[in-house]
Amino acid sequence: MTEAIRIRGLRKTYGTHRAVDDLDLDVRAGEVFSLLGPNGAGKTTTVEILEGFRSRDAGDVSVLGTDPHRAPRAWRDRIGIVLQSTGGLDLLTPREVLRSAAKSYRRPRDVDEVLDLTGLTAKADDRTVGLSGGQRRRLDVALGIVGRPDLLFLDEPTTGFDPQARRDFWGLIRSLAHDGTTILLTTHYLDEAEHLADRVGVIAAGRLLALDTPAALGGRQGAEATVSWEEGGERRTRRTTTPTTEVSALAARFAGEVPGLTVTRPSLEDTYLSLIAPHVDAADPVAATEVPA
Amino acid sequence: MTTLALGLDRTAVELRMYSREKESVFFSFLFPILLLALFSTVFGAQFEDGGSQMSASRFFLPGMIAAGVLLTSFQTMALSVATERDDGSLKRLRATPMPPVAYFLGKVGLVAVTSLAQLVLLLAVARLVYDVPMPTGADRWAVFAGVFALGVLSGTVLGVAYSSLATSRAIGAVVIGPILVLQFISGVYIGWDSIPGWLQQVAALFPLKWIAQGMRSVFYPEGMVGLEMAGSWETGRTLLVLAAWSVVGLVLCVTTFRWTKRGSV
Repeated sequence: MTEAIRIRGLRKTYGTHRAVDDLDLDVRAGEVFSLLGPNGAGKTTTVEILEGFRSRDAGDVSVLGTDPHRAPRAWRDRIGIVLQSTGGLDLLTPREVLRSAAKSYRRPRDVDEVLDLTGLTAKADDRTVGLSGGQRRRLDVALGIVGRPDLLFLDEPTTGFDPQARRDFWGLIRSLAHDGTTILLTTHYLDEAEHLADRVGVIAAGRLLALDTPAALGGRQGAEATVSWEEGGERRTRRTTTPTTEVSALAARFAGEVPGLTVTRPSLEDTYLSLIAPHVDAADPVAATEVPA
Repeated sequence: MTTLALGLDRTAVELRMYSREKESVFFSFLFPILLLALFSTVFGAQFEDGGSQMSASRFFLPGMIAAGVLLTSFQTMALSVATERDDGSLKRLRATPMPPVAYFLGKVGLVAVTSLAQLVLLLAVARLVYDVPMPTGADRWAVFAGVFALGVLSGTVLGVAYSSLATSRAIGAVVIGPILVLQFISGVYIGWDSIPGWLQQVAALFPLKWIAQGMRSVFYPEGMVGLEMAGSWETGRTLLVLAAWSVVGLVLCVTTFRWTKRGSV
């Protein structure tokens, strides 16, 4: 089996609103896959169907070879789920929480190892109520990985992190991926998807709009580049499909360094925004709001 | 690990959380004991009700036991399950391979340990500090044990079922309001015979009145039986009503329990 997740013709309707509309998607075993899309695009619905929390109206779904809707306990043993922020752990310490959670898995990670991986060793015996937002979120991740999952779902894991905490967190995710864990990441941060994901899928209005590596998404690699420089006290820019030729010509003309030279291609964010633009400004107000959780 | 072992681990986790929450320790665990001490101090050794004289401690002890059962079972369950559903704890547990039964075993373990500990403390204070006579005879103790066990069981399952009625933001008012009213009309704070007949009829629909009555039947002198609604202790009916409520509660639990908040399917 090369696919960790296989979705064919998935459909889910709330009233008259099609939250997921005939979605096809594969996530390969061992890859980090990021699902992007505006609020209400169907991301959460799709992920919750994959996690076995929601029923579907039509389509075939296979997660680690099993239909999540009627998945046995043994299937949960191979899945790790990091939900959007949850509470209820204030009165316990991270070590107590993890030690208890580890007991329901068949081959759990050592609790000290998980605390170390998530950078919580120093806080292991403090009440959770005293943890910072980032530390609290890392405890959520610790709970997601304590069972040594083959597949990890991460739902907006770094919302509210400061930049350093986010970098640290990315390191953790990369090390998990390096060890062979398949990761399905939903995020609103495009730099996060760009740093972590092997492939990204963009969905809007319940459909898959684009699917590629972060570098190639939406034809970014072949898109026109913008060459920009300073000349005569003002900023000059030129859009071109042959930026190397353009820069060589400039270098020859300036006989050396070109002042303020930059060569840029559309960022992932630019590409993403242009992809979803037709779906976000649509008259349907439902598309712009989150489906009630 | 087996489901039973996971249930025991959940019990340990639940007890740890319960004991660290000062509000729950004070308002549900110690509350009946503090009230017994308060009533005993205020009303003293010669308390008269319906022509029969006994110490205030002896008069209020059955009611306080009943209130304790209600608080540690029904109130604790309703509040904690509603909160855990609302803050995502239940969903998080559902995402693990832990069998759902282990979660409920943990809750049952929590209620069993706290209600028994509360009962022992309450009886010890009543006996040692206020000199309340303890029941005599195996048959009285058997009734006592039966009423207590069925009271705790019905309170637990009804509390879990009741938790589905409100979000955690409102659950405090939704639970504590009715509980307070129920305590006043069920003969916990006010002598049962002082309550108007129609209110007695209302109270008789709910388990608390029967728990209090069952406890009076083992702690009161036999002469007090005349103050009861039916002129007898109605031991058989008491056990039957509590058993019926337990079954109803269990059915409601099974049919209405949700792991996630309303609005998510």
